Amino acid sequence: MDAIVFLIFAGVAVVCAINVVVRVHPISSALSLIGVMGSLAVIYLLLGAQFIAAAQVFVYAGAIMVLFIFVIMLLNTGAEERSRGAWMARLAGTPLLMALLGILSFVIFWAFPRRIGVHFGAFTGGTVENIGRAIFTTYLLPFEITSILVLIAIVGAVTLGYKELD
Amino acid sequence: MPQAVPLSWYLILSAVLFTLGVAGFLFRRNIITMFMSIELMLNAVNLSFIAFSYHLKQVDGHVFTFFVMVVAAAEAAVGLAIILTVFKNRGTLQVDDISSMKD
Amino acid sequence: MEHLWLIPAFPLLGFLTAGILGRRLPKAAINAVAVGSVFLSLLWSVKSLYSLWPLEMAHVERYFDWIRVADLRIGCDFAVDRLTAVMLLVVTGVGLLIHIYATGYMAHDNGYPRFFACLNLFMFFMLTLVLAANFLLMFVGWEGVGLSSYLLIGFWFLKKSATNAGNKAFIVNRIGDFGFSLAIFLVAMNFGSLDFGAVFQGLGGWPVEQSAGTLTLVGLLLLVGAAGKSAQIPLYVWLPDAMEGPTPVSALIHAATMVTAGVYMIARTAPIYLKAPMALEMVAYIGLATAFFAATIGLAQNDIKKVFAYSTVSQLGYMFLGVGVGAFSAGIFHLMTHAFFKALLFLGAGSVIHALAGEQDLRRMGGLRKKTPITFWTLVCASVSIAGVWPAAGFFSKDEILIAAYYHAPWMFWLGVVTAGMTAFYVFRAIFLAFFGEYRGDAHPHESPPSMTLPLVALAALSIGGGLISVPRWLEPMFPAPEHHSPALVVISVAAGLTGIALAFLFYVVRPGLADAAARHLGWLYRTVLNKYYVDEIYNATVVEPVVEGSRTVMWETVDVEIIDASVNGVAARARGVGQILRKLQSGYIRSYAAWVLLGAVAALIAMGFAGGAR
Repeated sequence: MDAIVFLIFAGVAVVCAINVVVRVHPISSALSLIGVMGSLAVIYLLLGAQFIAAAQVFVYAGAIMVLFIFVIMLLNTGAEERSRGAWMARLAGTPLLMALLGILSFVIFWAFPRRIGVHFGAFTGGTVENIGRAIFTTYLLPFEITSILVLIAIVGAVTLGYKELD
Repeated sequence: MPQAVPLSWYLILSAVLFTLGVAGFLFRRNIITMFMSIELMLNAVNLSFIAFSYHLKQVDGHVFTFFVMVVAAAEAAVGLAIILTVFKNRGTLQVDDISSMKD
Repeated sequence: MEHLWLIPAFPLLGFLTAGILGRRLPKAAINAVAVGSVFLSLLWSVKSLYSLWPLEMAHVERYFDWIRVADLRIGCDFAVDRLTAVMLLVVTGVGLLIHIYATGYMAHDNGYPRFFACLNLFMFFMLTLVLAANFLLMFVGWEGVGLSSYLLIGFWFLKKSATNAGNKAFIVNRIGDFGFSLAIFLVAMNFGSLDFGAVFQGLGGWPVEQSAGTLTLVGLLLLVGAAGKSAQIPLYVWLPDAMEGPTPVSALIHAATMVTAGVYMIARTAPIYLKAPMALEMVAYIGLATAFFAATIGLAQNDIKKVFAYSTVSQLGYMFLGVGVGAFSAGIFHLMTHAFFKALLFLGAGSVIHALAGEQDLRRMGGLRKKTPITFWTLVCASVSIAGVWPAAGFFSKDEILIAAYYHAPWMFWLGVVTAGMTAFYVFRAIFLAFFGEYRGDAHPHESPPSMTLPLVALAALSIGGGLISVPRWLEPMFPAPEHHSPALVVISVAAGLTGIALAFLFYVVRPGLADAAARHLGWLYRTVLNKYYVDEIYNATVVEPVVEGSRTVMWETVDVEIIDASVNGVAARARGVGQILRKLQSGYIRSYAAWVLLGAVAALIAMGFAGGAR
């Protein structure tokens, strides 16, 4: 049962990810990315991360991707054309990616044999209460700094986009 | 007992998504698409964190994922503002034309 | 403790004062400082000798450890024995007279303070050399007097010939110094010490070398050094050129003191030479050859200072001959009397030059007998002394040497006698040309001031009466000399001297044209001698030119330009080349950068894998 759910949503995620990379128009890529995020939310649930799954949907799919779509529509650029530069990327990109994937797969399979499995419901620690406790006790400092980071980001974004009111 | 999904599959999924993100970053010319590839990579890493958090039966991975999301949001905001400015100045979103870091 | 260090310290103080403050001090102050320091040295020397009388043994004063390496200890030590005593009195005494003379001679010179500073510096080094109790300290003095000589020869540094002469002196000396250094190394290696006392004691266990051995080598190397400093064949060429310096310099350094350092050094290291008869024989040969050779050149020179310069070389040859045949005390005796009459000759020449406002050519002098009487009579005293006529001092010292030479090898005696005759001839030639006959120049000759004439008189007295100071008897404990009595030989040598004087009288007073006629008759022989046998030209062609050319083509153009410069430039070019290649990486394309990052990440992963990071 878990396996089926996992396989379905993993497949959706991969297909959408390929879409993101392959599609010509940015809007298609953005919408596919939303699909990826949704599937990932389900997979998080399988892994017992309730809060994160919810946050994924609100924050990522709901806020960040919407922002992306706004910007894409604002810029209204349309499909992209071919260009000549970045020979290195085109030359070495594919082999390197193969290498990357290969190494990672090898390591993963070597470190985590089949018997280590994921059972739905085996981990109940991903509750809001647990995460909250962790944030406000062990990780208090990063939390505070992150809030400042967000403030900086807001100020930065506003400054960059500021238009003089004539 | 339903058959357990091996942890390694989750990690493989994470690796594949990450690789796809890198591919998108390397092979696409549109800045916004490259940005979205970055988001894809971040998501892949988040998945990896959650998986390990499950494996170690600790909540720290979730916390980290939470922070990653926050930072990704901030980054998206600022990055898109920069893209807007670049577009206003250069008139193009082709990253190969915005190459004044050369020389 | 006699505080012997004060003896050189006074002139050192004089050097510092005149050197640093000289410009701002009035001439009287400089005089007081410079002359006074030498005077104080003299006083202190006398006082020390008086306290140490009768000085049977050497008196050593050790001040501090200079070098201490492994087993070798070289201290800053001064020592006084009878030999040192003679040198001290000669150096400070004659030095004092010359300093006084110089106050008059250099009175109109702009570089007055610099002159006395250098002169005092010279005194400091010379006294260090004389007082040194070990080889290395003596070498310090040795080098130092060479330096002072260079500074003073090139005193009028705006004259190219003067600076060239200074360079020549220094460089030729350096060759000799190289020999001296090698000798020092050998001594240190074989005796483990450079202290004279320790080395000479250590010699006790060495046999007398009948054939070439270590001691012979040491002796020969020391001879090289002495030949450089004391202007013997083949390193004498700098001395005639050194006449570019002011006359007091010629008198002090190149007649009375510095050039005698070589003789002193050989006398000092006599114990080594006594164990290496072959080396000692070489000393005698070189001395005799030089004496004869230089005398022949002196016959034909027209510059009064050059005549006396070659005379110095010749007389130094006599000293070397003396020590070379084992008559060390005779050589030192001649050193002393030579200091008197040669200094007098030079100072007198200076007086003549001063009287004639700079004229040095004998052919343009004449008839100065009436105009500069004091100079004339004092110079006659000096000439009589150098000619070896009884009862002047030169007679006694020269005779000691010649007699010792006869008993060593008779042919040396005969050669020496001929040289004595030539000596008398050329000296009196100079006297007759300068003081007799009609004046052939166009200056207004006048007698010199007392500051110059008084030292002349003092030296004249010493030249005549100096023979009464029996140096050989004084040096008896150190250098036992066999007593040879041979009236016949004495008569012969005096006769040679008188013959020379008579011939000179004939050629230059009675029949003045005779000399020029003889010169024309002898044609090329005369010209060769006049041109000093072209030795300088030969040296130039065989030594100087090849070295300079070799230096230019090999060292400069090949090694420096092609090899060193090329490699340095090559490294820079390589760096630039690599930079050009790496520049291509900076394409400005973000995606390329990302690709590189990816490459690095993969590489890191692989590395981690190999390092067992997965565990």
